[in-house]
Amino acid sequence: MADLTTDFLGIKSPNPFWLASAPPTDKEYNVRRAFEAGWGGVVWKTLGAEGPPVVNVNGPRYGVIHGPDRRVLGLNNIELITDRPLDVNLEEITRVKKDYPNHAVIVSIMVPCEEQAWKDILPKVEATGADGIELNFGCPHGMSERGMGAAVGQVPEYIEMVTGWCKKYYSKPVIVKLTPNITDVRLPAAAAKRGGADAVSLINTINSIVSVDLDSMSPEPSINGKGTHGGYCGPAVKPIAMSMVSEIARAPATAGFPISGIGGVTTWRDAAEYIALGCGNVQVCTAAMTYGFKVVQEMITGLSQWMDEKGHKSIQDFMGAAIPNTTDWQYLDLNYVAKAVINQDDCISCGRCFAACEDTSHQAIVMSEDRKFSVLDAECVACNLCVEVCPVENCITMVQQPAGTVDPRTGQTISDGYANWTTHPNNPDSVAAE
Amino acid sequence: MTNPMTPGIAADRLSNEALAQNFADLHVPLEPHEVRVAADRCYFCYDAPCVTACPTDIDIPLFIRQISTDRSEAAAKTILDMNILGGMCARVCPTEVLCEQACVREVSEGKPVEIGRLQRHATDRLMAKNIHPFDRAAATGKKVAVVGAGPAGLSCAHRLALKGIDVTIYDARSKAGGLNEYGIAAYKSTNDFAAKEVAWLLSIGGITIENNKTLGVDMTLDGLSSDFDAVFLSVGLGGVNALSMSSEDDTCMSDAVGFIETLRQTTDLASIPIGRNVVVIGGGMTAVDAAVQSKLLGAEQVTIAYRRGREAMSASRYEQDLAASHGVKLLFNVQPVTLETLEPSAALVLEYTATKDGRLTGTGETMRISADQVFSAIGQTLATDGGLALDGRKISVTGAGRTSRDRVWAGGDCASGGDDLTVTAVAEGRDAAMDIYATLMGGAN
Repeated sequence: MADLTTDFLGIKSPNPFWLASAPPTDKEYNVRRAFEAGWGGVVWKTLGAEGPPVVNVNGPRYGVIHGPDRRVLGLNNIELITDRPLDVNLEEITRVKKDYPNHAVIVSIMVPCEEQAWKDILPKVEATGADGIELNFGCPHGMSERGMGAAVGQVPEYIEMVTGWCKKYYSKPVIVKLTPNITDVRLPAAAAKRGGADAVSLINTINSIVSVDLDSMSPEPSINGKGTHGGYCGPAVKPIAMSMVSEIARAPATAGFPISGIGGVTTWRDAAEYIALGCGNVQVCTAAMTYGFKVVQEMITGLSQWMDEKGHKSIQDFMGAAIPNTTDWQYLDLNYVAKAVINQDDCISCGRCFAACEDTSHQAIVMSEDRKFSVLDAECVACNLCVEVCPVENCITMVQQPAGTVDPRTGQTISDGYANWTTHPNNPDSVAAE
Repeated sequence: MTNPMTPGIAADRLSNEALAQNFADLHVPLEPHEVRVAADRCYFCYDAPCVTACPTDIDIPLFIRQISTDRSEAAAKTILDMNILGGMCARVCPTEVLCEQACVREVSEGKPVEIGRLQRHATDRLMAKNIHPFDRAAATGKKVAVVGAGPAGLSCAHRLALKGIDVTIYDARSKAGGLNEYGIAAYKSTNDFAAKEVAWLLSIGGITIENNKTLGVDMTLDGLSSDFDAVFLSVGLGGVNALSMSSEDDTCMSDAVGFIETLRQTTDLASIPIGRNVVVIGGGMTAVDAAVQSKLLGAEQVTIAYRRGREAMSASRYEQDLAASHGVKLLFNVQPVTLETLEPSAALVLEYTATKDGRLTGTGETMRISADQVFSAIGQTLATDGGLALDGRKISVTGAGRTSRDRVWAGGDCASGGDDLTVTAVAEGRDAAMDIYATLMGGAN
């Protein structure tokens, strides 16, 4: 049986599935039930400075992009950090950590960008016995208007400065949570590292308006006829998040820097993909908010089965395994030639491949009188669009053409050597092979 | 009150509550969420096979996509553009052998997109809002007579009216609608839908209906031809084929067409007498409609006796299963010989059949089944041909319904070619209208 326990920055947890800092981790009641349901750790919903807590709107906080049958594909929220008093949260964290010593309890914090504010709160957090802190430099709505959250996360110098304060006044691991609402995510990650952070976590939510009510002309969720952008998460953001994770994992300044992956993790497979891109664990929110805490059981058993099938004994065995294969476009092998092949036995003759290729691609699929679809190798550029629009999985596949044969599209004999754009004759900056 | 076990033929076999439940909509309309889920299953196929399979060529993928984006009225317009009786066709089309049989999801997973029910959703939505999404073109000054206000005639009249032609429809019955009004099982057209659809169709304007006017009795084809610029005949099949069998008692013999009509026109289902043991002779939709409704009225035993095998039945497999699911027994390869009057119940003598040298013949072996009431459903015949050339037993037509006589077109069940389906009649009426329009307007269109 695969061992799912993880050691992230020295913080042990029974599995790599943590609940992200969000509504599910706002109080003791939830967190206890989450641990009982099988979650490996939680990042407690963000604490603010002592004093009157923030207030939330009293209307809807969420908006959703639905897929077929109202499947939640993307979730948008305009909720702020915890609206419960600081001392209540601290007491609850203390109790929970005491009762669940083998689970990870991380405390998310967001206080003003002043050293004193951090100096005030960090000893109190340290006293709870929690395993570490996560700095919320990502919240894109409400708090950012007050100079916190994403307003800090968008300025690398601030990240470095605040991280430094945290390392000064707090002895345990410091994780910096990054906002995706920035041009180049490698810069804030490097700043966090320079500031002494132990890890980064990403992504926080993406600025979003999920819908506009065409009767009231208000963005949704609508609060008495007005809306504001919220933060977008859920399955729809996973590709964006994974790309950002890979950029940090590959950048020389941050290569090997621990990462906690966040963004649309819904199944074991999502988690395995994040880990393969270099994450030490994953954080989940939307899946739990959609299906409840029990959903982690599928993640645990699914990951375990897959690791057994692949012979991975621990998370470490495949952590970062996809990073060496993540490269820049210019290094992709231009001598790799594939062609689409349609399995006629599986084809249901819907013609979607034909419509897509004929109207929007390379006119490489022909349709016969009796609705048989076939590929013209002389036109097929192997773009994969037909594969992706075909409703039958694996009916159309991309088949690599053997070296030594002629690609009828280009008339060129396919070489078995590797060649990329950097040395291509059409590249004005090409470097001649020596 | 009687009950299903009451001997002989009797009314009041079931309570009004039970009858109301039995004769409710066969296909309950989809709920809004079901609509979304059903619509989402459509793959939006290229040159979709379902469209090819539809006699009226409705752009099915487009209307389903319009439904999926909550534009059901636009979807209805897409449907009605091709098939002005799309509401009725959604209820009565044998989709299982037309669009839904061709659906690629039927091919791949045995579960087609529910095209018929989605079409009903869209057309119901539009008609509930009493929207008629068509405007007449400028008047052409032309006028056309349509004989028969069934699906073909109504379809033709609407298209002609749309094109700016004035239309007078003559119909032999007191209500318009033809088989939609008189000839379809009650549970397929509930809440007086056929009449409502006719009223909605007529709201385009330019169409006058003259009821109780029979061709050959109240007017002649010659008269119509001289009074109008063109004539479209859609008189249907007014006669019923008679069974060739002996009977000791004719009182329990009747034709299924009349029975179905009575059921459709009544306001009191309980008042309709039905046998305890009912036998329906025939293998088509009429036989199934009569048999199932006999059962729904409270007959204890209902049997369909068909002289050929199951595969030769013109009722679809779906209709056969519908009958079976209502407890109707299907007997194949038997033909009626005689009806013997016995106490307490008459017995129908059936002879087994076999095909020898391509001909169906009796084998001499017989069986007896109780039969208080026997319905004949062995086909209908043309009652009026207006003196036009025939092709077999129907009015001979070529192209878009052109008959042997100049400026006279024909379509629907009375005309040669095509299946005797509502949807086919609609297509023929529409296409004839376009041909009439083109002919009358010469090169001016």
